[in-house]
Amino acid sequence: MMDRLKYYWSLLRKPSVHYSLGFLTLGGFLAGIIFWGGFNTALEATNTEQFCVGCHEMYSNPYQELKGTIHYSNRSGVRAECSDCHVPHDWTHKIGRKMEASKEVWGWLFGSINTPEKFEAKRLELARREWHRLKANDSLECRNCHEFDSMDFTLQDPRAAEAHSTALTDDSDETCIDCHKGIAHELPDMAEVNR
Amino acid sequence: MKKLIAILLMASLALVALAEPPSLSPSSPDGLREGGTLGETRNAPAIAGDPRDVKREVRNYPEQPPVIPHVIRDYQVDKRFNRCLDCHSREAAPSAGAPMVSVTHFMDRNFQVRAEVTPGRYFCTQCHVPQTDAEALVETDFKPIDQVIREGDRGENQ
Repeated sequence: MMDRLKYYWSLLRKPSVHYSLGFLTLGGFLAGIIFWGGFNTALEATNTEQFCVGCHEMYSNPYQELKGTIHYSNRSGVRAECSDCHVPHDWTHKIGRKMEASKEVWGWLFGSINTPEKFEAKRLELARREWHRLKANDSLECRNCHEFDSMDFTLQDPRAAEAHSTALTDDSDETCIDCHKGIAHELPDMAEVNR
Repeated sequence: MKKLIAILLMASLALVALAEPPSLSPSSPDGLREGGTLGETRNAPAIAGDPRDVKREVRNYPEQPPVIPHVIRDYQVDKRFNRCLDCHSREAAPSAGAPMVSVTHFMDRNFQVRAEVTPGRYFCTQCHVPQTDAEALVETDFKPIDQVIREGDRGENQ
């Protein structure tokens, strides 16, 4: 075992005998483009709604709940997909979220929410995890589309305008999710949740 | 005689030809929407809009469940959560600037006052509906009681 490792290590350290420097650098460059592009394409494929609702757990619970809401169907026809709210858009955070999501693959393999009853039993836990995530990143995904700078407070209800224009300035630690829970999926039993 | 038979035969044939075939799609009566016929598919009437800034409406009679002067799209009212009570509950009402649910809602069917809105009064939209710009479906000459009394005092419409 150790011998074999040593063999590979020395092989890696040895300068190339047969291939030219030009081939190795250019070839490495091209291979890099192909692999990187392939990686990103695969990553984007896992970001599509089609991929998300490919599993019946996602299709029959969260997706059905999303369907009636304003984020799915509305006057102007702009809509949010799963990944718009559940995956950060910029690269570093996206990769972080994707690594977290490997736990969801585990849940899928072992069927942790594969019946309506199991989903119902875990609803609060799952919701709490999302609330916590959005609270921690200052509702980053909401703000991908909803910007304070573009809000016309005069068109909002007085109470909403009041909250949006004063209480939520930069130095307050209030964020979108503190008030806007359960806007795209049904809420769990809120009896034990402090709102 | 032959002529008569021929004429009668012609007449009966003409009657058969003129007789209207029994309709396969009889007309149906006009109900709340235009009837048309049974075989016809008509467009559903347009869904009434939810005007955004209606003010609170005056009730037509004291027991009328007040109509909802705001949009309630996607409001979740079920076993797990009641979105209406998020603002209209006793605790939340003042800070939300919303009217508190009436005290009658805390009374169960045995007239026992409870700590929370009782199950019988929990599903808000059973009685309360949003105010829309919908036209009245049928004509009505309903008058609120105070108007009836006032007119009675003035001796009108006796």
